[in-house]
Amino acid sequence: MNSLRRSPMMSVLPIVLTLGAVALLLPACGRSGGGSSTTIQVRGSDTMVNVAQAWAEEYAKAQPAVGVEVSGGGSGVGIAALERGTIDIANASRNMKSEEVEQARKNTGLEPREFIVGYDALAVFVHIDNPLSEITIEQLADVFAEDGKAVRWSDLGVSIPGVSDDTIVRISRQSSSGTYEFFREHVLGTKDFKLGSRDMNGSKEVVELVGNTRTAIGYSGMGYATGAVKMLKIARAAGEPAFEPSVANTISKAYPLARSLQVYTLGEPQGAVKGYIDWILSNAGQRILEENGYVPVNPGGSGA
Amino acid sequence: MERRPTRSTLALLGERVIETLIKVSGVSAVIFVVAIFFFIFREAAPVLWSDDFHILEFLFSTEWYPTSVSNVRYGTLALTVGTLSVTAVAILLAIPFGLGAAIFVSEFCSPKLKETLKIVIELLAAIPSVVWGFVGLTVMSKVIVTLTGTAVGVNLLNGGVILALMSVPIIVSIGEDALRAVPDSYREAAVALGATRWQTVYRVLLPAAKNGLLAAVLLGVGRAVGETMAVLMATGHAVQIPHGLLDSVRTLTANVAAELGEAPAGSSHYRVLFLTGVLLFWITMVVNLAADFAVRGIRRK
Repeated sequence: MNSLRRSPMMSVLPIVLTLGAVALLLPACGRSGGGSSTTIQVRGSDTMVNVAQAWAEEYAKAQPAVGVEVSGGGSGVGIAALERGTIDIANASRNMKSEEVEQARKNTGLEPREFIVGYDALAVFVHIDNPLSEITIEQLADVFAEDGKAVRWSDLGVSIPGVSDDTIVRISRQSSSGTYEFFREHVLGTKDFKLGSRDMNGSKEVVELVGNTRTAIGYSGMGYATGAVKMLKIARAAGEPAFEPSVANTISKAYPLARSLQVYTLGEPQGAVKGYIDWILSNAGQRILEENGYVPVNPGGSGA
Repeated sequence: MERRPTRSTLALLGERVIETLIKVSGVSAVIFVVAIFFFIFREAAPVLWSDDFHILEFLFSTEWYPTSVSNVRYGTLALTVGTLSVTAVAILLAIPFGLGAAIFVSEFCSPKLKETLKIVIELLAAIPSVVWGFVGLTVMSKVIVTLTGTAVGVNLLNGGVILALMSVPIIVSIGEDALRAVPDSYREAAVALGATRWQTVYRVLLPAAKNGLLAAVLLGVGRAVGETMAVLMATGHAVQIPHGLLDSVRTLTANVAAELGEAPAGSSHYRVLFLTGVLLFWITMVVNLAADFAVRGIRRK
C-alpha cells in the first residue's frame, strides 16, 4: 500500500498547467487590432470577395502598416456584421435595405455610409454546348420563379445535343447572397424562387457547376465566366433587342441585369478605413477592379 | 495488521481537490446539456407565439421561404427528410463495411497487419469534414456522373457515401474495442467445441459484443446526423423531398450553417433557425433514447 503514496502536487500539476495554458490562450482569441499595426475587418458579398482579396493584397504592399482581413459569406452576412459593429467595412452587391439601416442606427448609433466602388453585370450562364444564345427576363422568371412553367429545355424551344433527360437544372445562390437578392428583385419581382434549385455558396461554384452540367442554367457575376460556360444575351421582353453583358452595356445600363457594387461603413470613415476606401476609388484600386472583370466607377477617366 | 500510511495535510487537501474536480466534471456534462438546450430554446421560443409562424407548417410543410418578400413560409419537412435520408443512406453503407472491418481487424488478420490497419483507420477518422466535403464536391461528384449518367453529381448518394466514409472509422475503432473486450475464454470454448472461425464470430462473439457494437453504430449515426460541412458541400443544397438517390437534398444542419450568418439577430428567420436546432436536438435525443432502450432490451435477454 505504501507504493500508492505520491506527492499530491505531482498529480495536481498537469491540471493546473492545462488550466493555465487555457487561460493564456483565451485572450488571443479576441479581435486583433489592438497591436501596433491597424487591421481593417472587411466582410460581405461573395461576388466581391475576389476583388476585395486582390485589393487587400495590393494594399498590403502600398501600406504595410495597415492589414486588411477579408471574408465572404454574402452581402447579407456582411451587412448583419456591420449592424452589430463587429467589422469596419461591409461589401455588398445590393443596396442596404431601410430596415437594415434602421437596425444599424439602433445598435450602434451611427449612420451607415455607402460608397459605390464599381459596377457589375449579373450574367446568366449556360453550358457551352447549349444552343441557346439569348433569353428574355420573362423566360428567366418562367424557369426560376415559384409558379414558372418552364421545367424542361424543350419548354423554351431548346434541344440540347447528347442528353436524354432535358430537365432544366436550376443553379441558384444561398439566400444570404446579394446576387440572390438582386436576381429575385430584377427577374422575379415579388415572386419567390421555385424550390429544388441547387443553392451554391459562392459565385465561382455556380459557374463551375454550370460548366460541368449540360442541362444547367445559373446566374453569377460576369467576372467569373470560364471557357466551359456561355453568357446569354438578355432582352427586357420578347421582341426587344437582347444585350450581352459587356463593359459598354453595363455602363449604358442597356444590359438589364447591371448593378452597382458598394462598400458600407458605420459613420463617416476615419483614419485607416478612410485611407483604404480612398485608395479603392483611386486609379490603383479601380485598375484591380477592372482586372477582376468588373466595371470601374469612372471608366476611362482618371478615377475618383 | 497493516499500519495505515500517514499523510500530510497537503496530500489530503490535494486528494479532496481532485475528488471535487472529478465530481464537477461528472456533473458538468448534465449541466452542459441542460444549458445548451435552454439557451437554444430561449432564442427560439418567442417565434412560437408570433403570428407568422405555425408549428404544423414548421414541421409538415416543404415550403422553405425564409426571406420571401411576399409570403414568408417556414416549412422544414424537406430539410428533415433530407437529414434522415442522407443519414439512412450513410448508415446502410457504413454498417456492413464498418462491422465487417471491425471483425476482420479484431479476429482474422495478423498482428502486424492489424497495427497498420488500425493506424490507417484512425488516420481516416482524423480527416476534417471540410476535406471530405471537397472530396464529395470534386472527386465523388465526377465519379457519380460518370457511373450513372445523371446531370448533377452533388446529391443524396454523394452525401451518403461521404458520410459513410466518415462514420466507418468510428464504427471500426469502437466496434473493434467491443470485440476485443469479449474474454478469450469465449473464443477458447468455441474452438474447443469444434466451431469454425466464422461460427465463433457470428454465434459467440457478435452476441457477446452486441452492446458495444450497437454503441459503435449509434456513434456513427450521431456523426452522420450532426455532420454539417461535408453534407453542405456534397448534397447539392436543394430544398426538395428526394425521389431517388440521385436527387439533390438539403439537410437541417447545412441549412442552419448557410443561413444563420445573414439572419438579423432577433428576427423570425433567426429564431426559426434556432428552432431548427431544437428539432435536431430532439431527433438525436430520440435516436439516443431508442438506442438506450434497445441496449437494455438486449441486456434483459
